[in-house]
Amino acid sequence: MDRRKSIKALLIGTASTALLVDACKNTNTKLPEETASPFVGADRMKEEKAAYEKLMAEPIFFTEHEMKTIIVLEDIIIPKDAISGSASDAKVHDFLEFIVKDKPELQVPMRGGLRWLDMQSLQRFEKAFVDIDAKQQLSIIDDIAYPAKAKVGMEQGVAFFSLMRNLTATGFYTSEMGVKDVGYMGNVPNQWNGVPDDVLKKYGLSYSERELKECASYSTNG
Amino acid sequence: MGEFQIKKQAKQYDAVIVGSGAGGGMAAYVLAKAGLKVCLLEAGADFDPAKNSAQLKNPWESPRRGASTKYRPFGDFDGCYWGWQVDGEPYTHDKDDKWEWWRARMVGGRTNHWGRISLRFGPKDFKRKSIDGLGDDWPISYDDIKPYYDKIDRLIGVFGSNEGLENDPDGIFLPAPKPRLHELMIKKAANGIKIPVIPSRLSILTKPVNKERGQCFFCGQCNRSCKVYGDFSSSSVLIKPAIETDNVDLVTFAMAREVLTNKDGLATGVAYINTIDNLEYQVFGRTVILAASACESARLLLNSKSNRHANGLANSSNVVGHYLHDSTGAAMGGVLPQLFDRKRYNEDGVGGMHVYTPWWLDNKKLDFPRGYHIEYWGGMSQPAYGFGWAIENQNGKYLVKGKQKEAGGYGTSLKEDYRFFYGAGVGMAGRGEGIARYESYCGIDNNTVDKYGIPVLKFHTSWTDYEIKQAKHMKETFKEIMHEMGAIITWGDDGPENNYGLANPGNIIHEAGTVRMGNDPKTSALNKWSQAHDCKNLFCVDGCPFVSQADKNITWTILALSMRTSEYIIDELKKQNI
Repeated sequence: MDRRKSIKALLIGTASTALLVDACKNTNTKLPEETASPFVGADRMKEEKAAYEKLMAEPIFFTEHEMKTIIVLEDIIIPKDAISGSASDAKVHDFLEFIVKDKPELQVPMRGGLRWLDMQSLQRFEKAFVDIDAKQQLSIIDDIAYPAKAKVGMEQGVAFFSLMRNLTATGFYTSEMGVKDVGYMGNVPNQWNGVPDDVLKKYGLSYSERELKECASYSTNG
Repeated sequence: MGEFQIKKQAKQYDAVIVGSGAGGGMAAYVLAKAGLKVCLLEAGADFDPAKNSAQLKNPWESPRRGASTKYRPFGDFDGCYWGWQVDGEPYTHDKDDKWEWWRARMVGGRTNHWGRISLRFGPKDFKRKSIDGLGDDWPISYDDIKPYYDKIDRLIGVFGSNEGLENDPDGIFLPAPKPRLHELMIKKAANGIKIPVIPSRLSILTKPVNKERGQCFFCGQCNRSCKVYGDFSSSSVLIKPAIETDNVDLVTFAMAREVLTNKDGLATGVAYINTIDNLEYQVFGRTVILAASACESARLLLNSKSNRHANGLANSSNVVGHYLHDSTGAAMGGVLPQLFDRKRYNEDGVGGMHVYTPWWLDNKKLDFPRGYHIEYWGGMSQPAYGFGWAIENQNGKYLVKGKQKEAGGYGTSLKEDYRFFYGAGVGMAGRGEGIARYESYCGIDNNTVDKYGIPVLKFHTSWTDYEIKQAKHMKETFKEIMHEMGAIITWGDDGPENNYGLANPGNIIHEAGTVRMGNDPKTSALNKWSQAHDCKNLFCVDGCPFVSQADKNITWTILALSMRTSEYIIDELKKQNI
């Protein structure tokens, strides 16, 4: 059962929640988009729609060169591993392009930080950051990725890299790939019957007799 | 201004209600069910959770990943239109005074996104002056309001548990959900130091209450409003059935300008501006009921000046706008190392905490006069904007899978860290009672109007040592609970330098007291039925009639008082007293 159908069933009140939960378990959880962009859809007020459309009509913020640098950086921060893909696979850079327009206060730190990085690269290797090899790139990154041990003179680079790491992580772990990676299992209709037994056991906890007797519990047979 | 004219509605209603939140929704519901003709004015847009909620959307469906905007300060998926600032509708402050004013502009008002914490006031909460000498007693007692609490428990639905506590009365409860893992840890730790932790009391349907509303399916997203009406929103639970009686004309985008009165000083209707066509309108009724929110209702009265009501309507006492008070608030957060690298499962639960702490101490033995309750949060919640922020403050501090790492970093090692720390957060917040004082108030700013030409509110508000000492006590308690459960505090360990993290007044969004009730017309604006002393067909049914607001969230009491007043109005109309 897809999500919209399941909500409709709940609304009508004919399907028991147990049936619904089973139905949701057994189907592909990939859900169809309700509209091309929900952010001009039914749940937005007119002022929001207008602001969103205005923002989307703005010219692209990052230059081509800046965007190339961002894609290198985001994949240094979140590379592909055995569990999930990379930040660029999750199109984190598209999120970054949006969010600097939505939160203009991020524009100067991002633009200035990218230029700081290029100037470091130029001083050390006489080339822009994207044009040096991976080993050279990491030699700069290692100087700005660890705030506690960064050398004097690297502070601005540290601040930029921390911001870039924050935005990359937020962009990645709020993507479909990232949510799956971190293992968030909610956002689906279900019935809460309490903490699973093996977890309770692991932490040496249990429900009181009163909780077991009085709290809501749901039979999986509906 | 050739085309400038006022459009007067010919229809005479039994009641014109301003505002469609908890108080206005309940009044519309009760009056319409009794067959009275109601005009319901709402300043914002129409809203039906079934159609308009962002429930079950994933974070990537928001281009800003759920980050807040000025339109939705509580995040892109939140169910409330507007918040701390509304375009074209400013408010001002006296000197450096702080007041944060949340304004919802939509059918159902703030009830579309509120925390559903549904607490009855207790017997002591109506008689605080008799206990500690501060503020005033209410002109009613718990016994006057108990039947209405019972009725709304049944009508709307609330889960909880009967504990037999003196000042946190039992109710007619649906079964509460079992505690989540971090809540079991909180309960164990707090109970160990003699702080009670009991099932929370939220108006969420863990069992169905009627055929019109669905049962909770545990997505934890009540703040987005519920498409199956499994929780209480005025829009879905009160306005919708009220409109289905055919006795209610709902007018959206109707920004009230003033209450109209006749030469005898009685209310005749309401003047409003339609914010879409920008034209001026008037609607007329036998009664006028204000439920525009505590501060907006006071503003309306103060802006409704006439020969008979030179000081503003219902304000011969000069108390309108005064005694403005909000809940106190202070919070603390941290991590539970025992939850690092935890097993994954769905623990969304209901939209809010499954357990809470009601006030448990005797203020006679403390250096502050009123209590607070504690709300809790934590666990494996849906990732949103801000996820993973400042990992450099975590991953160098604790061993990750047995390894000591350097704070910060990048690459596959960093990905391991995000997974390792996910779901280990925990936090708590106090919500306490401040003292309602004449000196803390909102009044009309003589120099400023909004874009509709309506004079705006200026806030003159402050805290006293009572509230600051209470916040100090909150922080000491939170630290003890955190320590007892083995949590590491990461924020909110505040001291005297910032008043122990005491939130600005208004920030907790429980404002009340601006048109208070009382037996003496010299010191109160309304009588014990929330009927204006100076104008017998004018009533207030939002947070403004409150004499004091207890250490409880006020919505359940707004609903009960509104139902009580609405039944009184029906009765008085029948008797032709108004």
